Amino acid sequence: MNKRTFNLLLSFIGLTLLQVLILNNILIFGYVNPYLYIIFIFIFPYKVNRFPILFSAFFLGLFVDLFSDSGGIHTFATTTIAYIRPYFFKTFFQKTEVDYEFFTMSQESFGKVFNFIASLTLIHHFIVFLLINFSFNNFLNVIVNTLLSCIFSLILYFVGNFIFRRKQQL
Amino acid sequence: MQQLIFFLQRYKYFLCFILLQIIALFLTINNHSFHRSKFISSANSISGNFYTKKNSISSYLDLRSENNSLIEENQLLKNKISLLEQQIDQVDSQTKIDSIANQQYKYVDGKIIKNEFHKPYNFLTINRGKKHGVTSEMAVVNHKGIIGVTDFSSENYSRVRSILNRDSKINAKLKNTTYFGSLSWDGKDLNTVQLADIPRQATINVGDTIVTGGNSTIFPKGIPIGIVEKNSKAMIQVKLFNEMNRLENIYTIINFDKQEIKDLENANNE
Repeated sequence: MNKRTFNLLLSFIGLTLLQVLILNNILIFGYVNPYLYIIFIFIFPYKVNRFPILFSAFFLGLFVDLFSDSGGIHTFATTTIAYIRPYFFKTFFQKTEVDYEFFTMSQESFGKVFNFIASLTLIHHFIVFLLINFSFNNFLNVIVNTLLSCIFSLILYFVGNFIFRRKQQL
Repeated sequence: MQQLIFFLQRYKYFLCFILLQIIALFLTINNHSFHRSKFISSANSISGNFYTKKNSISSYLDLRSENNSLIEENQLLKNKISLLEQQIDQVDSQTKIDSIANQQYKYVDGKIIKNEFHKPYNFLTINRGKKHGVTSEMAVVNHKGIIGVTDFSSENYSRVRSILNRDSKINAKLKNTTYFGSLSWDGKDLNTVQLADIPRQATINVGDTIVTGGNSTIFPKGIPIGIVEKNSKAMIQVKLFNEMNRLENIYTIINFDKQEIKDLENANNE
């Protein structure tokens, strides 16, 4: 097992535990719940072979579901964004499969990275809240929940990213 | 044949994706149906152990308020005992006191290791399972009132369908009358549940106490639920005695006569 795989495994376990033990208990205004564990899907290496990302996303969602008694809701949502990730990658970064080898998120401009992450987060949160609700009643609630949670997740992600990067330079 | 291989080659990611999605959707739908064994739930040994560890840390933070509620409960029970002692004194010659052999309900203590209240379909996890005699369809209460019904048990843990779950239906009645209805939750406010199907001739005032009806084999009669907060034509809003976001110690109620009652009811139907 090389260093990169080990780091990925560590972040897989770390993010799952962070989500289920801490973030699932943060409920601002009663219903805003940040889902930060999906950054695993953004930091997963960009490769031509897409089976690893699909299966990792599936198991990531499954573990989060296991802890939060939600059946297969998170599994469904994470697998969806893992599948559509390359298409969004192509659209937002204007790059093809040839560039995968040399691509790092930190070298891209903030605007591009933000658009990429924000749109995938929005899709994920929408699917999660739609399936949690499990009916077409309270549809307004779903939209409000999605938007507020999405904003909160993004703030957490970018603040965390900022702090993390500063530490590495020292 | 070549065409088929070409097809698989071309759409392999999409097919894999669809397969995974179907599994996820199956798990989601399975989670919403009753009386099925559930593989993905917090009542298994992996997540149960993690939640126990987490709970042992976080329960230290609530010790003061938990102590207070235990004192409150002790006081209540002591008052009841003194009342009963008085009764035994008075009518000793007329009443037969139930011996242990005739006991119908047994209370098993336990702790909530995972609480949930913000979703439309909420589930709790408790640290009592088949080993302690807790199986599915058993009442979970604390000293203030009802909490939920167990729906799935493993060896050491059980999953509880909270009353804050849109699928929950509990038989309830007005205290001191015989009018009963069914209690459910609309998914909006975690402090209020809705009581429906109360007969029209019943007079209901704001502030009336609602207790469990005893028409099911799950809850014994007279466990407190809440008080009437608002009374509109179709629905009665009931404010719960329990604060569902601050639960810790619970009791699970085992009904020894459950099977007998069920057998009798089934025999009647045939």
